[in-house]
Amino acid sequence: MAELLSPIRKFFARSNDDLVKIIGMAVLVALVSSAAVSVTAVMLRPYQEANRAAERQARIDQMLDTLPGMRDLMMESGVDTLETRLVNLDDGSFASGEDPAGFDLEAALQDPDASVALDAEADIAGIKRRANQSPVYLLQKDGDLKLIVLPVYGAGYQSTIRAALAIEADLTTIAALAIVEQGDTPGFGARIEEPEWLALWPGKKIADETGTVRIELVRGGASTPYEVDGISGATRTSNGITNMLRFWLGDKGFGPFLTRLRQEGL
Amino acid sequence: MSLKHHLISPLIGNNPVTLQILGICSALAVTTTLSTAITMSVALTVVLCLSGGVISLMRHHIPPSIRLIIQITIVASIVIVIDQFMQAFMFEMSKRLSIFVGLIVTNCLVLGRAEAFAMRNPVLPSVLDGLGNGLGYSLILLIVGALREFLGTGGLMGVPLVSTVAEGGWFEPLGLMQLAPSAFFILGLLVWLVRVLRPEQVEQPEFRLKAAEDRRP
Repeated sequence: MAELLSPIRKFFARSNDDLVKIIGMAVLVALVSSAAVSVTAVMLRPYQEANRAAERQARIDQMLDTLPGMRDLMMESGVDTLETRLVNLDDGSFASGEDPAGFDLEAALQDPDASVALDAEADIAGIKRRANQSPVYLLQKDGDLKLIVLPVYGAGYQSTIRAALAIEADLTTIAALAIVEQGDTPGFGARIEEPEWLALWPGKKIADETGTVRIELVRGGASTPYEVDGISGATRTSNGITNMLRFWLGDKGFGPFLTRLRQEGL
Repeated sequence: MSLKHHLISPLIGNNPVTLQILGICSALAVTTTLSTAITMSVALTVVLCLSGGVISLMRHHIPPSIRLIIQITIVASIVIVIDQFMQAFMFEMSKRLSIFVGLIVTNCLVLGRAEAFAMRNPVLPSVLDGLGNGLGYSLILLIVGALREFLGTGGLMGVPLVSTVAEGGWFEPLGLMQLAPSAFFILGLLVWLVRVLRPEQVEQPEFRLKAAEDRRP
């Protein structure tokens, strides 16, 4: 034991101006600090994830409250929240026989069988991998679709932006957009959370008559139903939102699902 | 210098904010409401105590040439750990404080006390010095936070105390109080007040203006 300790003692006995001691102390402090940080981060992750999940649910509920008449409709239909279904993104069909509540996006993204890698050209949203399935939230009354909420996410300026896009029964008109989670610059990109900006979204169209996705954020004034005012000073956050929506409404995202709904209904 | 002295003196006599003018930037940012001020005070006090203790513990083995890097690394690790704890157990609060908890790292108060005190004093006085300075900082933050929230919204801790004009009462909230400049005004008035009560804190001017010589012919 003493022999084991003696090099350590010798190291600490060195002068503080000694090169070995300087580099050694730097390495030692770095190692201990990074170990402390990593251990806390890993141990506390389950708690933090639970908090974030609760927050996401609260934001979706909050979005429902901003939609006029939605709560009444839900009351009439006798439901207190939206119905969750899993969608196979490749062909747009509903996944049957699986519990949507058990869907774990993080686990699916880790699993090569449950997700696909996106090549650089297709990956406009900057998400690298896409799960093969995604939950969608539906509100229907007597078999008629009233509202559909699509969870979307993509790279913003310095964080992943998660949002929920509510689309009306015509599958083209946006009912509302809710930013569920983001960590962009406070005062600039983070302004996508402000109610004033989110209020610009209802009534916009995601695609034109031919089905081409046209929705985008623009500088200056929005002039067509497909355009929404971007956030000034946050070009990359604005572009991130455009790309996120373009991706998730496109062929690799919910495109096939929306097409199927337009043709066949639920 | 008794142990008690380390704890008491930073409260008013040697207050880090009003005398040393350290940690001003966070004092502006988190004092819009009393509750954020309290959370920030607790977080900073804990960081000050821990960093003081850890740095004092290893002070004989910190090479002078890289001492600032080592101090900052230790402080940053402690801050990240505290931030993680807040995200896990005080989620709402951590969202409201957002980037400011992370910015404790750059709070000159923490590095200032590490460099000025913990580097050359034993562990117990260093922890007490951290605690004292943390409490001194907290005292100012709480005063500023309480004043700003009360004058700016007419309530404290989110509970309305006087009825505002908007609710049909008489109190007109001062919108300015919710903006950063008002913290400067209140801090300035506090510094003034403390120096009126304790004139020994007033610094001697470094330069005195000389009467200009009359050079006209």
